[in-house]
Amino acid sequence: MPVISYIEAVTQAIKEEMEKDDKVFILGEDVGVKGGVFKATTGLYEQFGSDRVIDAPLAESAIAGVGIGAAMYGLKPIAEMQFADFIMPAVNQIVSEAAKVRYRSNNDWTCPIVIRAPYGGGVHGALYHSQSVEAMFANTPGLKIVMPSTPYDVKGLLKAAIQDPDPVLFFEHKRAYRLIKGFVPEEDYVLPIGKADVKREGEDITVITYGLCVHFALQAAEKLAEDGISAHIVDLRTVYPLDKEAIIEAASKTGKVLLITEDNKEGSIISEVAAIIAENCLFDLDAPIMRLAGEEIPAMPYAPTMEKFFLITPDKVEKEMRKLAEF
Amino acid sequence: MTMVKNRHIDAGLTNEQVLEMYEQMLLARRIDERLWLLNRAGKIPFVVSCQGQEAAQVGAAFAFDRNKDYILPYYRDLAVVLSFGMTTREIMLSSYAKAEDPNSGGRQMPGHFGQKKNRIVTQSSPVTTQVPHAVGIALAGKIERKDFVTFVSFGEGSSNQGDFHEGANFAGVHKLPVILFCENNKYAISVPIEKQLACENVSDRASGYGMPGFTVDGNDPIEVYRVTKEAVDRARKGEGPTLIEAVSYRLTPHSSDDDDRTYRALEEVKEARDKDPLITFKAYLLASDVLTEEMDEQLNKKIEVIINEATEYAEKAPYAKPEDALKYVYGN
Repeated sequence: MPVISYIEAVTQAIKEEMEKDDKVFILGEDVGVKGGVFKATTGLYEQFGSDRVIDAPLAESAIAGVGIGAAMYGLKPIAEMQFADFIMPAVNQIVSEAAKVRYRSNNDWTCPIVIRAPYGGGVHGALYHSQSVEAMFANTPGLKIVMPSTPYDVKGLLKAAIQDPDPVLFFEHKRAYRLIKGFVPEEDYVLPIGKADVKREGEDITVITYGLCVHFALQAAEKLAEDGISAHIVDLRTVYPLDKEAIIEAASKTGKVLLITEDNKEGSIISEVAAIIAENCLFDLDAPIMRLAGEEIPAMPYAPTMEKFFLITPDKVEKEMRKLAEF
Repeated sequence: MTMVKNRHIDAGLTNEQVLEMYEQMLLARRIDERLWLLNRAGKIPFVVSCQGQEAAQVGAAFAFDRNKDYILPYYRDLAVVLSFGMTTREIMLSSYAKAEDPNSGGRQMPGHFGQKKNRIVTQSSPVTTQVPHAVGIALAGKIERKDFVTFVSFGEGSSNQGDFHEGANFAGVHKLPVILFCENNKYAISVPIEKQLACENVSDRASGYGMPGFTVDGNDPIEVYRVTKEAVDRARKGEGPTLIEAVSYRLTPHSSDDDDRTYRALEEVKEARDKDPLITFKAYLLASDVLTEEMDEQLNKKIEVIINEATEYAEKAPYAKPEDALKYVYGN
């Protein structure tokens, strides 16, 4: 099995699905000749041509909306938002249109679009190149939101998203693009959307998180293991709709739960995870649910001091995990 | 509209076609009138009207290949969807919010059209979101080397929305076969056109997006047909999009929940009623010896029977079961 980077997994998934299915095409800003500002679509313009890899005018609502139209017709568009922060002009198209097409037409029309966007901080991206925006979309029935942490999950879940009959928001952690590498099989595979994944089996504490924080939790778990503390780590992978069964099982298993997001805390994905645990696991809990998240400020500032202050770091994760273990 | 006899022949329309156009206009008007009666009688909760815009709608619809082309109508386009194959019974089922409504199974308010078998694309209430969708459908057709043309309509107020401009620009850049059809009825609910547009005509906006723009008399179905047909022919030949603005007047309040006496003069409405396209087009057809008073009477009788039957059917039809509200959030 070859080792590839997180962003290579994105490119491979798109390339292989485009080779398999003529109905798959890409549109977005700079996705064609340049191959994307992060190079996620590199080589695809050369391979598939300007009809299927479209450099769209700089207008996010049209990138989403034109994709939605093509999806309703029966194609399988992959629309790229250059940064998750820039998805806001397209919110009406995503929430009022894509998410509701099947429901409002009583199953007559469908909208199988994938909207990809790089999110997350730690790249000196300041307020508008660092945000986590998933919570804004995460009470919109009709949408699915996927946020993978490893190259293996990226490839399998992006393929699943492209094949999915409904709209999928696919948020890729931009700091993970080149930082995270992993084994990915040569043969074709897909992973199920809507299913969380146990990334590490453990007995003493449970950590439930997603994205880059999965890696921080895994690193911390190794250190805790040296001190005889065994951490159970669950990667949500799909943050909407949530895998309730997996959350309940993981929380009940150890009775001590730490939830982590790099978004700010109030109204975040982990708030909903906490509610699921509170509703279902009260008598299995041995400690209050703990949450580690960003501060309640609009977004992370540019200066390295303030950026680091906001960010979830491996140190912060380790500290919270130890605190929970000691409760 | 001008009363020069047999103008329709020069526009490429046969006597049979203009009669059919008149019939569609009349059907739409009579359905609309019935919907208001049903609303005021407490039978249906809501009506949003096409009255005054039937000529623009039918003139445009007839310029398309109604067996092949895609349409993304807006909420007033009753005459457009009837022309594309939706039936009176289906309109009534939608107005009564019954399970058999093909638009939404009773999920959406009336006027939110959608019917895949007739290529009528589902729509929402936030205005103008359908313009980028139309462009996307046209783009899909281009990718798949199909030769259909896409119709999308909206009001003059809606032409201020970002989605109009973003969609028009995309269509212009990619030279896509889309007809952007603005039904300028002079009011966006209560706000008149002078407070909506900084330019004189909606069609002036076309030049910014590299496409031709035309303003036509929306009360004249033959002129609307002629201009739209030329645009459709250009689009089908790969010559790109066109913006057409058909100017008419909204003869009713915005909807059954609006009172237009609070923002416009009765005199103004009365003046517009003198130019009602149902009256002027009938006069034209009579003058051109295409229609007779007897034929018109027969037609009205036929339509009344159709509407009565459709109303009765819809009234008796079952609602969706309460728990059907849970269906079709996702496909898997």
